[in-house]
Amino acid sequence: MSWEVVIGLEIHAQLTTKSKIFSGASIAYGAAPNSQACAVDLGMPGMLPVVNHAVIDKGIALGLALNAELGKKQVFDRKNYFYPDLPKGYQTTQMDYPIVGKGYLDIEVDGETKRVGVTRAHLEEDAGKSNHGIVPGMTGIDLNRAGTPLLEIVSEPDLSSAQEAVAYARKMHELVTFLGICDGNMQEGSFRVDSNVSVRRPGEPLGTRAELKNINSFRFIEKAIEFEIERQIDLIESGGKVVQETRLYDSETNTTRSMRTKEEANDYRYFPCPDLLPVRITDEDIDAVRATMPELPDAKRARYVADLGLSEYDAGVLTSSRAMAEYFEALLEHTGGKDAKVCANWITSDLAGALNKAGLDIADSPISEQMLAGMINRIQDDTISGKIAKQVFDAMWKGEGSADEIIEAKGLKQITDTGAIEAMVDEVLANNPSQVEAYKGGQEKMMGYFVGQVMKASGGQANPGQVNKLLKEKLNS
Amino acid sequence: MLHTLSVKQMSEKLHAGEISSVELTQHYLDRISQFDPELNAYVTVTPELALEMAREADERLKNGSAGVLTGIPVAHKDIFCTDGVKTSCSSKMLDNFIAPYDAHVVALLKKAGMPILGKTNMDEFAMGSSSESSYYGPTKNPWDLNAVPGGSSGGAAAVIAANLAPMATGTDTGGSIRQPASFCGITGIKPTYGTVSRFGIIAYASSFDQAGPMTRSAEESAWMLNAMSAFDQRDSTCLEMERPDFAANLGDSLQGLKVGVPAEYFGDGLDPEVEKVVKDAIAEIEKLGATTVPVSLPNKDLAVPSYYVLAPAEASSNLSRYDGVRFGYRCENPADLQDLYKRSRAEGFGAEVKRRIMVGAYALSAGYYDAYYLKAQRLRRMVRDDFTNAFEQCDVIMGPVAPTPAFNIGEKTDDPTSMYLADLYTIPVNLGGFPGMSVPAGFANGRPVGLHIVGPYFSEAKLLNIGHQFQQVTDWHKQTPAQYQ
Repeated sequence: MSWEVVIGLEIHAQLTTKSKIFSGASIAYGAAPNSQACAVDLGMPGMLPVVNHAVIDKGIALGLALNAELGKKQVFDRKNYFYPDLPKGYQTTQMDYPIVGKGYLDIEVDGETKRVGVTRAHLEEDAGKSNHGIVPGMTGIDLNRAGTPLLEIVSEPDLSSAQEAVAYARKMHELVTFLGICDGNMQEGSFRVDSNVSVRRPGEPLGTRAELKNINSFRFIEKAIEFEIERQIDLIESGGKVVQETRLYDSETNTTRSMRTKEEANDYRYFPCPDLLPVRITDEDIDAVRATMPELPDAKRARYVADLGLSEYDAGVLTSSRAMAEYFEALLEHTGGKDAKVCANWITSDLAGALNKAGLDIADSPISEQMLAGMINRIQDDTISGKIAKQVFDAMWKGEGSADEIIEAKGLKQITDTGAIEAMVDEVLANNPSQVEAYKGGQEKMMGYFVGQVMKASGGQANPGQVNKLLKEKLNS
Repeated sequence: MLHTLSVKQMSEKLHAGEISSVELTQHYLDRISQFDPELNAYVTVTPELALEMAREADERLKNGSAGVLTGIPVAHKDIFCTDGVKTSCSSKMLDNFIAPYDAHVVALLKKAGMPILGKTNMDEFAMGSSSESSYYGPTKNPWDLNAVPGGSSGGAAAVIAANLAPMATGTDTGGSIRQPASFCGITGIKPTYGTVSRFGIIAYASSFDQAGPMTRSAEESAWMLNAMSAFDQRDSTCLEMERPDFAANLGDSLQGLKVGVPAEYFGDGLDPEVEKVVKDAIAEIEKLGATTVPVSLPNKDLAVPSYYVLAPAEASSNLSRYDGVRFGYRCENPADLQDLYKRSRAEGFGAEVKRRIMVGAYALSAGYYDAYYLKAQRLRRMVRDDFTNAFEQCDVIMGPVAPTPAFNIGEKTDDPTSMYLADLYTIPVNLGGFPGMSVPAGFANGRPVGLHIVGPYFSEAKLLNIGHQFQQVTDWHKQTPAQYQ
């Protein structure tokens, strides 16, 4: 008998503001414990929250990107509960009036496009962190994270496989990083995905769901969901019942295990925060944000294919992050925009490969757009060959200077002097009489051999076009 | 006798160099040592800070950078965070809390050059109408040591009445400036919500809390309000607008003033002697050129029930931070985390605070939220609308501040509901966020009675003008209990 899988995702995206959602304290990652928590974050008596308006703008940007309704009136609510790393005894969040209402995101799985509903996205503050084990027998509280602005993006339960869930999560990741509203760093917890998974027989009501929390890689999300689907189906088929609970994924064993059950629901006693007046956004506010938004990845990809003649694959790689797309577009600009395919190739093969090997992000590339453009320009004006360019690229990567400096220093300038090349051609033909014989006997593929020999003799610096031309002239004469 | 001077006279003498701020401040410190052990109006006295600030004030008086209040000592309610000084909110929970910052009000009054004498006693976390719920014991009413001074700013009212400070700060969530002002025969005004920053004021019920001055005269309140009211971006409910000069209208005539007298404020439960004092005061105002019109506040009886759902709801959340984890009281040897929370809160909070936390948590809980919290919000709007409608027919509303004069210590402590009703005339004003004032208007059974004057939003200058004109033709505000003269 078949099963239907129902998955909904809750994504916490940490917003890229300089300061916290309700205070002026910094949110930079990795600082010494409690060095980035001010009196407001500590929940000290008399302290009051003030909304950092940058978070509102970032929420609007996401709403526009998801084609969503925007909350013209937003209310911040208090969610009351006790926890040692929750300084005020409540978390400020948005309950009934979130900044982003219903919207959608199109994903692609196996060549098919699927529209996934986004229920809402609301602003909230993060809590702090409990550190067990630093002081023996005690728990240390680090409130650096407390008050960090988050957007919680809740999907409809529209996803029906682990692959779809991951495609959605990746797409959302791409979107928030493109918008520049989240740095997307999953290791540092800037982008956290919780998956609600349930199974049911076709046509039956929704099954009991289990929640998989805070898994910090897309690969593990996929594996965890796959395991969880299997587990639930096996459980039901063997006569058991799924309980509503939070489960943790263990990447060592590729299994999930229970963290806590949700049988007893907390009463969070939500109510509007009386310290914060409702925030109203106007059409002008929305227009102002719209004006600053970048071209989104879907639109960019389509344009790269249609206008620049790139392949779907290249367009996909070049739009995999905003930094990547910006690099490509800058490169195109610096090379006069003549050959997008060449620019794309250098990025997707050589540069991406080198960055990958070095574990670097494109934003940290030792070869800037200007430098790479300088090199491509020298290929296009025949100063160097594509092959020599690889040498120049390696030298640039090692920090040996600009393309021009390297070509000059290493004497890599292409030989275009016909006399010099002719001499090398003559020598090669003279040294390989049997191959010449074979060519003349009809084996035209020997041409490649001759070209290779001449290039070798020139140390790779001979202009391959000229070499070809001269060889043909001599052999066919 | 320096304490018998008005603030205006003190200011003139300070500016003329006839007295120094150090001298004036020392005089009050001496009086505090002499009289406060019996009154228990101060929680903390800060002589060193006071004298240091007085010396700085004297410098300013000499170099010409002094303002009208420079050198005049002030007492702060212990709800205002004061940098380096214990700020306890009269709770065991914060008995060890030394604020590392100044409330905006404290900072502004420091800037004005007012030496801080100390922190005044209050109901714990401002919950109460008698100042009996303080962890440090009840404050006594200077007019009658058997009587309460009112609450929650009872300590502030008592120090003004007994001349243990010329000026004091208070906060008013449901009447906590006006009711003790009435009980102690002093002048106090709660400005429009949003006029004075709440930054650094330990929150009781955020949507109601508002700070104001407590002084002997309306004129003095106007000066003090001028100094303590300014936009503050750290409080998002603080109004971003130009503040008027609250003292500018003090000389205006009351000719043509329309005074609304709500029938509902003179009904059952009002002490006949209080009623007489209030009616006589209104008659006095009429003599100054005002006319009275009957107005109606039909939802008066909804105010107290609405308040006692909403204020505790906010309080239950605002007080969650006192959990024994980061600051304040922590129980001894907690067995585990739950035990730490439960015992720290059980041992750190007093009975009235716990009562309101429980009521508030209940009103917000799933299943009761609609029936209590949301309904109370609707009542709040109805009560506010009553006033808005009434203000279409009159400039201000006058009536009693409290149904009785000060009651006896211990008289209502076992009956919370009767205590809550002590605020039935003041609470509606907080529900609407309107400004309200109490000015001394006479005595009932030998205890002071205040006249309550309530106006539309931003009518503080008018209220102070009315109070000042009233005080030009009466001398109730000049009366001082015999032993503190």
